[in-house]
Amino acid sequence: METYTFLRQLADSWVLLAMTLFFVGVVAWAFRPGSRAMHDEIAQTPFRNEDKPMDANAPSKSKELQS
Amino acid sequence: MTKIGSGRLDPHQGPTGTFTPKQQHEVAAGPVFIGAAPRRGFSMGNYIKLIALGLITLFAAIAANWGRDAAYIVHAVIIMVVAGFMFLRVLRATDNPVKAVATDGYIDDVIRAGVIATGFWGVVGFLVGVIIAFQLAFPQLNFEFLQPYGNFGRLRPLHTSAVIFAFGGNALIMSSFYIVQRTCGARLWGGASLSWFVFWGYQLFIVLAATGYLLGSTQSKEYAEPEWYVDIWLTVVWLAFLAVYLGTIFKRTEKHIYVANWFLLSFIITVAMLHLINNISIPVSIWGSKSVQIFSGVQDAMTQWWYGHNAVGFFLTAGFLGMMYYFVPKQAGRPVYSYKLSIIHFWALIFLYIWAGPHHLHYTALPDWASTLGMVFSIILWMPSWGGMINGLMTLQGAWDKLRTDPIIRMMVISLAFYGMSTFEGPMMSIRAVNSLSHYTDWTIGHVHSGALGWNGMITFSALYFLTPKLWGRASMYSMSAINWHFWLATIGIILYAASMWVTGIMEGLMWREVDANGFLVNSFADTVSAKFPMYVVRGLGGVLYLTGALIMTWNMWMTIRGGAKQKALVGIPAE
Repeated sequence: METYTFLRQLADSWVLLAMTLFFVGVVAWAFRPGSRAMHDEIAQTPFRNEDKPMDANAPSKSKELQS
Repeated sequence: MTKIGSGRLDPHQGPTGTFTPKQQHEVAAGPVFIGAAPRRGFSMGNYIKLIALGLITLFAAIAANWGRDAAYIVHAVIIMVVAGFMFLRVLRATDNPVKAVATDGYIDDVIRAGVIATGFWGVVGFLVGVIIAFQLAFPQLNFEFLQPYGNFGRLRPLHTSAVIFAFGGNALIMSSFYIVQRTCGARLWGGASLSWFVFWGYQLFIVLAATGYLLGSTQSKEYAEPEWYVDIWLTVVWLAFLAVYLGTIFKRTEKHIYVANWFLLSFIITVAMLHLINNISIPVSIWGSKSVQIFSGVQDAMTQWWYGHNAVGFFLTAGFLGMMYYFVPKQAGRPVYSYKLSIIHFWALIFLYIWAGPHHLHYTALPDWASTLGMVFSIILWMPSWGGMINGLMTLQGAWDKLRTDPIIRMMVISLAFYGMSTFEGPMMSIRAVNSLSHYTDWTIGHVHSGALGWNGMITFSALYFLTPKLWGRASMYSMSAINWHFWLATIGIILYAASMWVTGIMEGLMWREVDANGFLVNSFADTVSAKFPMYVVRGLGGVLYLTGALIMTWNMWMTIRGGAKQKALVGIPAE
C-alpha cells in the first residue's frame, strides 16, 4: 500500500479513535469525584509565592537576604 | 558556577533595596556560596566560550567578505560585531574573582528588560503598520528615493514580524518568565545567564529578521520569512527558552502545575515544532542568504498554512491565554472562575487547533477532504474558544464593580471580548461558502487585526500595566487617567480599523464576483482599488489612534519606572 493511502486510512480510523478517547478521558478525569477540592486549591496558586520562591526549610541567612 | 551579590536587588527583596553592611558580610561568608574559599574565577566554561566566540567572529568576518548578497553581508557584519563584543566581554571577566550574586530570589532583571523591550517593539511595529496603511491609501508614499527598501512589499513583513514576534514574542517571553517563577514557587532554571541569553538572543533574531526583510532576504513564507541561518539561530534561542521553562517546572515547589503554565508550555513546544518543520530548506550556498524549500507545490502550501494557522493558534492564542489565566485572576484578586473549564479549554484547544490550517487553502490544489477537515475543526474550535472567554470574563463575577474603577481590568475585559469576537468570526470565515467571498479581500485583514489589536494587544497592555509597577516597586502606574486615555484611543482605533475593513472587504468580494447578463465580469481590479480608498484612509486613522495610545503607555511606563510623583486619579472612586 502507498504510504499516503496507509497514513490517510490510519489517521481517520485508529488514530482518530485514540485521540477522541484520550480527550474524553481527560474530560472525565477532570470531573472525577473529589477533584473539586484539589482544583480549588490549584486555582489559588497565583496568590502564593508572589515575592519569593517557596522555601520551607531555608536557612535563616538566606531568608534575611530576601526580606 | 554560582555567583552572589552583584548588581541591583529586586525591589521585593528588601524594604530599602540595598544590603546592610551586616548582610554584605554574611553574603561574603555565607552558605549560599558554591566553592569553599574565595578564589580566582578559573572556569573551563569561559575558555570554551572564548574559543566558540572567537571562531564565530572569524567565520562571520570571512562571511562578510565572501557574502553573495547584501542581506547576508550586513548580517555577517552584525554577527561579527556581536560575537566580537561578547568575546571581549567574556575575556575581560575570565580571571576576575567570582562576584557574589543572590541565588535565592526570583530572577526579575531579565523580565524588566522584557517589559521595556515589549513596549519598544510595540511602538516600532505599530508605527510601521501606520506607515504601510497610508502607503496603501496613498501609493505616492512609496517614495522613489527609498526604493527598494521603503517599498510596501518590504515594509509589510517588517510590520507583521515586528508586532507578532517582536512585540508579542517579547511579551510572551517576559510574562512566561514572570508567571512560571510565581506559579511554580521556584527560581528560573539555568540561572540569570541562561535567561539573559534567551532575551538577547531573541532580540538578535528580531534585528536579523527585520534588517533581512528591508534588504530583500525572504523565503516568501508568510510569518516565516527569515532565511535559513536566522531560522537556525532562532532554533537555538527557542530551545534555550524551552530548557529554562521546563527546568523551572521540574524544580517547582508547588505540587501542581498551574493551568497558565500548560498553555505557555504548549506554546513553546508547538512553536518549536512548527518552526522546525516549516523551515526545512537547503541553502544555495553557505555564503548567501538564499535557500530552497524541500517541500514543493501543494505540500509546501499545506505545511506553510499548518505553520501559519498554528502560529495564530499557539503563539497568539495559547501563549496569550497563558498570560490571561495568570494576569486576569491577579488583577481581579480572585481565582479563575472554573478550573475544570480551564482544563477542558486547554485540551480542546490543543486537540482542535492543530487541524484548522487547511481552511487557508479552500479552492486550491489541496484535496477537498483536507480543506473540509480544516473547516470542520475550525468550526468546532469555536466552543473551546468561547469556553475560555467565558472563563476569563466570569472570573470577574462578584468583582464587576472593578470595571468602573480599574482601567486595567477594563482593558482585560475588552481584550477577552475581542478574543470572543474574533474566534467567532474566524470559524465563520473558514466555512467554504463564506470563504469564497472573504478570501483574498481585506475582510481577512480586518479579522486578523481585531484579534491582534483587540485580543493580543489589549491583554499585553494590561500585563504591562500590571507588571511595570510591580517590577519597579511602585504602588501603581504613574498616571491612571493615561491608562484610560490609552484604553479609549486603542478601542476606537480598533473599531475604525475593523469596521472599515469589513466594509471594504465585503465590497471588494462582491465587486470581484459581479457579472453582467452575459456572464462577463463587471469590475476590473483597479475599480475595486479606487473604490476602497475612503476605507483605507479610515483604517490608517484607526492605526494612528492605536499608535497614539501605545505612545501614551510608553510615556506612562517611563514615568512609573523613573518613579515620579504618584497620582491616584480615578482609582477607587465608584461612579454614582
